[in-house]
Parts: sequence; C-alpha cells; structure tokens
Amino acid sequence: MTMTLNRVSVPVIVDEGKCIADKGCTVCVDVCPLDLLAIDLLKGKAYMKYDECWYCLPCETDCPTQAIRVDIPYLLR
Amino acid sequence: MSNIIAEVDVLVIGGGTAGPMAAVKAKEKNPAAKVMLLEKAHVKRSGAISMGMDGLNNAVIPGHATPEQYVKEITVANDGIVNQKTVMAYAQESFNMINQLDRWGVKFEKDETGDYAVRKVHHMGTYVLPMPEGHHMKKVLYRQLKKARVEITNRYMATRLLLDEHGAIAGAMVLDTREGTFGVIRAKAVILSTGAAGRLGLPSSGYLFGTYENPTNAGDGYALAYHAGAELSGIECYQINPLIKDYNGPACAYVTGPFGGYTANSKGERFIECDYWSGQMMMEFYKELEGGNGPVFLKIDHLAEETISNIETILHTNERPSRGRFHEGRNLNYRTGMVEMHISEIGLCSGHSASGVWVDEHAATTVPGLYAAGDLACVPHNYMLGAFVYGKFAGESAAEYAAGRTLAPVDAAQVAQEAARVLGPLNNAEGFTPTQVEYKLRRFVNDYLQPPKVSRKMEIGLQRFAEIGADLPFMSATNPHELMRAMEVHFIRDCAEMAARASLYRTESRWGLYHYRVEHPEKNDADWFCHAQLKKNAAGDMTCFKRPIEPYIVPLDDAEKDAYNRMRIVKQAAVA
Ligand SMILES: Cc1cc2nc3c(=O)[nH]c(=O)nc-3n(C[C@H](O)[C@H](O)[C@H](O)COP(=O)(O)OP(=O)(O)OC[C@H]3O[C@@H](n4cnc5c(N)ncnc54)[C@H](O)[C@@H]3O)c2cc1C
Ligand code: SF4
Ligand code: SF4
Repeated sequence: MTMTLNRVSVPVIVDEGKCIADKGCTVCVDVCPLDLLAIDLLKGKAYMKYDECWYCLPCETDCPTQAIRVDIPYLLR
Repeated sequence: MSNIIAEVDVLVIGGGTAGPMAAVKAKEKNPAAKVMLLEKAHVKRSGAISMGMDGLNNAVIPGHATPEQYVKEITVANDGIVNQKTVMAYAQESFNMINQLDRWGVKFEKDETGDYAVRKVHHMGTYVLPMPEGHHMKKVLYRQLKKARVEITNRYMATRLLLDEHGAIAGAMVLDTREGTFGVIRAKAVILSTGAAGRLGLPSSGYLFGTYENPTNAGDGYALAYHAGAELSGIECYQINPLIKDYNGPACAYVTGPFGGYTANSKGERFIECDYWSGQMMMEFYKELEGGNGPVFLKIDHLAEETISNIETILHTNERPSRGRFHEGRNLNYRTGMVEMHISEIGLCSGHSASGVWVDEHAATTVPGLYAAGDLACVPHNYMLGAFVYGKFAGESAAEYAAGRTLAPVDAAQVAQEAARVLGPLNNAEGFTPTQVEYKLRRFVNDYLQPPKVSRKMEIGLQRFAEIGADLPFMSATNPHELMRAMEVHFIRDCAEMAARASLYRTESRWGLYHYRVEHPEKNDADWFCHAQLKKNAAGDMTCFKRPIEPYIVPLDDAEKDAYNRMRIVKQAAVA
C-alpha cells in the first residue's frame, strides 16, 4: 500500500551497549502487554517498533541488564 | 477441519486478574478437565494489575464490616440499580478470597496483632485494605497457574464466540497476533475475562494509548458476548474517573486519604465529603472543575515529611509506577505543590461502575455455557477483589457445566464468515489504517457521547458509528500487529453503539455524571427503577429492554438511600 513516513520520538529507549538480545534474550518483547517491542535481527538489539506505549514499565522492570528506559510519551509529558 | 487448533473442556479468554483465578479454580473443581487460558498479551504481565496494585478497594473483613453493610453501601453508591444477590455473593466470599491470596503470598497491610489494617475511604463503611508491597500480584498468580497445570496460550486474541445450533457455546474463534493466522478452539464452556472497554473515549491528550485502563482491553469481551446473544446491562452507567491530568492514572486519593490527603479545589479546600469514586462524586468533581474554583487537585503538601515519602514509595513503585517520572518532568514535588487533576475519557467497566455483561451469582451469563468475570461482568463496583471472587465462581461453574457435556459440532458457515472478516484487512493492499479509523471513531465518541448527554448528539453519534461500520471492511493491515488493532477497532465500534443506544434508552438521569441527561435531569424511580438491558435480537438488531430489580435482600431506609446524594460539603454559616 501507499506508505508515508511520519517520524515520531518514541518513549522507550534501549541502551544497545547493555542489551543482550544477540545472546537470545527476548524478555521485554515477551512481557509488553501491547506487543510494541521487537528485536532488530541485523543488530541483535531490542527496539520499540510501535508507538502505542502505556508507560506501564514491565519491559524496563524485567530487563535483566537494565538496558531499557521508558519515558512518558511526549504528548503527555 | 484444518483450522481447529485445540479442543478443551473450559476455555478462559483473558488472563489478567479474573482469568487466572478462573482457570485455577476450574482445575481445582475438576482436575481431570482440560483448561486453557487464552491471553492476547502474556499472562506474566497482562491486564490491569500488570505492575501490581496498591490496595483492595472493597475488602469485607469481619470486625470491620459485614456483608450486609457492604451490600447496602454498593446499593446506595450505585443509585439503587443492583441485583443484590450478586453483590452479596461477592461480599460473603470476600474474606475467604483475601485469606486465599494471603496464603499464596500476596502481601496485605497488617497491624501489630497480625490483623488486616483496613481503612475508611467509602462514604459509609470501612473497606480499603492497602497493599504497599502489592507489585508482585502477577507472579503469585503465575505460580498458581503452573502448579494447577493450566494450559497457557499467550499472544492469541478471541475475535468471536462459536455457537452450536441451539445458541449454546461451542468454542471461540481466535487470531494468532504474532503470525496473523486464524483458528478455532472448540470448548464445552467459555469464560470471558477480557477486562473493561478501556479504549472507548479518547483521552483529552489526544493520545490513543494514554487511557486510564490498560489499552489492551478494547472492550473485546463486551462485543464477544453481544454477538453471541448475551444480555448486557447498565451500559449507560459509564466509567468516568478523576485522574492526574495528562498522565491519566489515579492520583491517588485511596492511598493518600487514610494519611490525610484529599481532593481539593484551586483554593486548596475540600469540596466533597468522600473521595470514593461514584457517579455522584464525579458530578461534584465535574462541577468544581468547570466552575470558578477549578481546576481540581489532590492535596498532600500539608502532610509530614515522613508521610509524604511513604506515599511516594507506594505510588511510584506500584500499579502505575511511572507516576513519579511524570511528576518529575513537570517539576512537581508532593511537598510543595498539589497534583492537578482532570476527568478521564468514558469507558465501560463494572469493576468501577456498573456497565457489563449480565451475570447471576454464579457468574453465568444468559448464554448457556458462557460465564463472565471481572471488569466486564455486571456486578457493580467489583474492582480487583471482585474479579478474583467472580473468577472463582466462573471457574467452578464452568467446570461443572462442562463435566456433563460433549463438544458441540463446529458450524462451518460461522467459521468461514469469521475467517473472512478477520483476515480481510491483510488482503486489502490499499485502505484505511486501523489507527486512522480508531482515532476518528474515538473522537466521535467524545464529541457525541461524553456527559452531559444530549439526545440529538447521541443520535448523530449513531449515524457516524454506522458510517464507520461501513468503513471497517476497507481497513488494511500490513502485518499481524496491525491486524490485531483492526479487530480491536471492530470491538470499539460495537461498544460505542452500545453506549449510545443504552444511554438514549434510559430517559432519566441517574448515577450523577455517569448518566446525566440534559433533557431528563431528574431521577425518575416510577419509570426507571429497573435494569436497562441490551442485546442482539433474532433479527440481528441491537435492542434495549427493562429487567425488573429483584426484591432487595438487604433493605435500605430512606436516610441511607440518600447518603450518596449528599456529597458536596455544605459550609456551616458562621455563627455571629
Ligand atoms: C490504573 C488502575 C488502578 C486500579 N486500582 C485499583 C485498586 O487500587 N484497587 C482495586 O481493587 N482495583 C483497582 N483497579 C481495578 C482492578 O484492577 C480491576 O477491576 C481488575 O484488575 C479487573 O480484572 P479483569 O480480569 O477484569 O481485567 P484485566 O486484569 O485487565 O484482564 C483482562 C485481560 O484480558 C486480556 N484480553 C483482552 N482482550 C482479549 C481478547 N480478545 N482475547 C484474549 N485476551 C484478551 C488482556 O490482555 C488482559 O490480560 C484499578 C484499575 C486500573 C486500570
Ligand atoms: S529485556 Fe533487555 S536485554 Fe533482553 S532483549 Fe530486551 S532490552 Fe535487550
Ligand atoms: S512501558 Fe509498557 S507498553 Fe510501553 S513498551 Fe514497556 S511494557 Fe510496553
């Protein structure tokens, strides 16, 4: 379909130095109640794929390496 | 048929709060039964309690309250429209359930003697049991699910229920939200526990996912029950909550109230007698917000340092733990400023108000083999403990029902029709995106349904919802995630239509702001002391009708009946 590219600043930031998705971790992807996170297979790092965050924090709390930081989405901040 | 993915005795749809309890109790009732828990997200962190809770809002604990007192309180808080039997069944089981959760490892606040430390927040009685360490609720439930050997199926959403030729439950049709594939689960009994219709109104921020409720709960169960022919009740009694402005989560007066915090106007003065959420309280909140003394705040800046840091720890680690970083971003310190508040978007939720799928005191709906528990089941003000208690009832009832039955044959026509509906958006190369349709739909919900309710506006709303209904087949989805959102838009549209029709039907005002109709501003007990029900009739149309209220088992006297109508603080004239 016709695609446009509207950039948004996403509230979930992954510290790629700390993320161990390349070692098989998928914890944040597993727990997000809205299924917003994914692993970039080329980089082997987690990232926010959909801008639909409820700022609820399971991803941040459950990440074994404290690689995730959730900000309040800009529209609400 | 190739798309049958499982055959079970009891299928529980929704693994948040009520669902896990239902699944465990169904297994306890009949250990031989095959019980599946189907969850759109992942049961480890799904639903309203994904990060825990900071208290039980409605604990009925001997020595502090009796079931009779609680039934009275809720009858009055819900303006008389209750099936007291269902509230009584909850109240009588409440204490057992608390003890059960305590044994499982949920930490409740206790006093020096080891008794539960209940606090007064309601208008009449004492029912709030704090859980300052309540962040581990989901872990406790997960452990029990594993122990009971419940089969867990994560990342699947139910899209329609499957019926047999007599209109009884035969299973559910589901979407794999990661793969985008469609399937059928055959079941002898189904329990709906999919939570509130939380994505109905648009929050005033305009951000689709900045809802009060966990936005995974789009009203799925309301639509599932409706299309299966179940009766719904009190849909016009919306959920509207007083929340932190923009953040849109509880501020939270239930936690701070017992410590001396309260809801205040811009002068820092109290204007309501009681912070317990009810339509009557919301009406006063709304008036203050819109009036010259607005906006409204939560005031705790007058409390002692020790108390404030205690409150901070509770509010910033539990339930909605990102509250802390929101305040930080706005440079708000509880010690020096009040928390600005606002009114939430509208939603449907019997956990908070009374809008839900009609159930009896055994959690049975009006469809044979279909049970409901939690926020979507109509037991007024049921909250988290109500979700657990009715989850238990539903699990036990469903296991019993399933025991005497065989799986019903699968009706290929129903399956083919649903497969076409569900997979349609993947086949549309061009079309509206689910986000666009959802945004427009929910903006119309705000424009036309938000109280004060005006008849002509709601009628226009119905026209707009019908037009959006015609757009739905033209949505396009480029991946399974978008397809899940597209299916949720269908549910939201169904709930919007239900909200409008139920509100138009009840031609009086009741429940304060929840059902304030400008042209019918008075309560009219002569015509409307009854439940207003809604269902799909034989012709497939949405119809409303009255259901008489069963005689009260706990009678009220006139002074009690009026208690929630005296919410506003009346200033004593200064004595000269
Ligand atoms: C912010 C907030 C604060 C609250 N504070 C309190 C409090 O302090 N005290 C209190 O007593 N109560 C409180 N409540 C209310 C209480 O949390 C709820 O009443 C209770 O948790 C509802 O349980 P439930 O099982 O009905 O819904 P949920 O726990 O939300 O579970 C619903 C589940 O269904 C899943 N689901 C949805 N649709 C589908 C589908 N189509 N297919 C499969 N699965 C699906 C969802 O992913 C979710 O896991 C609060 C609620 C909120 C939102
Ligand atoms: S949980 Fe943490 S380490 Fe694991 S994939 Fe996510 S960000 Fe990476
Ligand atoms: S904060 Fe919640 S909704 Fe947002 S990405 Fe993390 S788990 Fe998902």
